[in-house]
Amino acid sequence: MSAVPSPSAADRAPECSAFLREVMDATPGDSRLNMCIQCGTCGGSCPAGPEMDHTPRRLFAMIRSGLRDAVLRSNTPWYCVSCYFCTVRCPQQIHITDVMYTLKGMAIGAQLYRDNSPPDFSQTFVDYVEHYGRSFELGLATRFSLRHHPLSLASMAPMGLGMLRRGRMELVPHRIEGMAQLTRILDRAKALEATP
Amino acid sequence: MKMLFYPGCSMQRTARPYLDSLMAIRETIGLELEEVADWNCCGATEYMSVHRVPALALVGRNLAIASRQAEGTDTLTAGCSACYLNLAKTDQQMREDPRLAAKVNDALHAGGLSYAAGSLKVRHLLDVVCNDVGYEAVQAKVVRPLHGLRLAPYYGCQVVRPDPDSRWDDREHPTAMDRLLRALGADVVDYPLKTQCCGGHMTVIGPDVAYGLIRRLVHGAATAGADAIVTLCPMCQLNLDAYQIEMNKHYGTSYAIPVLYFTQLMGLAFGKAPAELGIGKEFVPAAPALSRISDRPPAAEAAKKKRRPRAADGLPMPRMG
Ligand code: SF4
Ligand code: SF4
Ligand code: SF4
Ligand code: SF4
Repeated sequence: MSAVPSPSAADRAPECSAFLREVMDATPGDSRLNMCIQCGTCGGSCPAGPEMDHTPRRLFAMIRSGLRDAVLRSNTPWYCVSCYFCTVRCPQQIHITDVMYTLKGMAIGAQLYRDNSPPDFSQTFVDYVEHYGRSFELGLATRFSLRHHPLSLASMAPMGLGMLRRGRMELVPHRIEGMAQLTRILDRAKALEATP
Repeated sequence: MKMLFYPGCSMQRTARPYLDSLMAIRETIGLELEEVADWNCCGATEYMSVHRVPALALVGRNLAIASRQAEGTDTLTAGCSACYLNLAKTDQQMREDPRLAAKVNDALHAGGLSYAAGSLKVRHLLDVVCNDVGYEAVQAKVVRPLHGLRLAPYYGCQVVRPDPDSRWDDREHPTAMDRLLRALGADVVDYPLKTQCCGGHMTVIGPDVAYGLIRRLVHGAATAGADAIVTLCPMCQLNLDAYQIEMNKHYGTSYAIPVLYFTQLMGLAFGKAPAELGIGKEFVPAAPALSRISDRPPAAEAAKKKRRPRAADGLPMPRMG
């Protein structure tokens, strides 16, 4: 039997939906997402699988079918905790966790998510980093909880106080010295992200 | 042994005991750690979700500063899982995707910096302790063996997976920390959940999911008869320790398994005082478990695992000897 040459990315491209290509282009390196054989190993390995409205496997079938809106509206990428179980088990070596990051970014870009609390958490985190160069748990927890579960804030207060008492939390964020430099770097990076 | 050190935000605050215990033991194991100057947060798993190139540039700034600082070492070590993975993956993605690397460097130039992909070796602290310092060297420094203490080694996800530079023996059932804890004289229990997820940021954005995962981990350790869970990550420690209390409230359970850093246990075995190691700052107090440490090694008889006597009506098995 003559060896079947493994198809190059370009060969495989015509079978891709435009959306599949868009996801692959937006993921660093070669995510191999077009190689999915729908075996379901990812969904079966996923600790958040039961809470997701589509398992990773189903989501990838939807991507292949070009169901852009339904995919970007799904909670699946937001419930991904980056445990990388699927990634190391996938028989096709698809960079599943990286694809989840890509989908989160695209959902934010398209403003397509049903529950805005996970993206908001990410955004709140980013805001602190962009202002101080460091994250800030106290601010993060209170700002996020005030907006999303104000009731839980009261029940979580003992934990916050416990942290303070143990010297494990600060009341003011620390600002790095090179903040101006970091801002220049991030501004330039954002401009570059917008260009292909 | 000199290396560059990236502490990360958590180590300076919620995981202060991790940093304190590391500082307390570094001389004993001959580690000279030089902090990356004016480092910034690596963005955890959040920044990547919002912007891609900026997320890499954010981590790139730390890599660039570290490589400029590197003198007599090319190793950069971090104690937080997420910090370690962000540094290692940024380096990997820059190595594998030159176009992306060019973009990251373009951004870094705006701040007068640059980073040549592959010029630093990014390693987690546990990897450095087990493989550079070595089990024998650690064992040689033990003055107060942790005899009688039963520990469940918990690796979490991101240190052993995806393991971009193939640094571990197994990505689902690693044994490095098991060996390290045994070198300290402790009893290591069989803990099959050792690399299962603790829920990461789900404790904040979807607590119900996280509580389920935390309960499984804590219950698993309790069933295995562990006195404590040992961790290598600030986020894992926070989730399993502070949120163990919330999880108990949620399910009406009363688990009380303390969660300590491997560096704290090393410190104890090296004879350091608990306070110097940040012990006492955990939510589930470790003192009752630590009082189990006995002065005498387990009797030779007991140490050798007794074979379970075979039931008379058991399946017929070939007999040896
Ligand atoms: S494990 Fe890999 S090949 Fe299997 S369904 Fe998931 S992504 Fe597809
Ligand atoms: S990395 Fe994400 S999608 Fe993959 S198994 Fe873990 S939680 Fe599920
Ligand atoms: S990942 Fe966590 S600990 Fe590491 S720098 Fe970022 S916020 Fe700090
Ligand atoms: S175990 Fe939890 S905190 Fe640790 S790396 Fe995994 S998700 Fe993150």
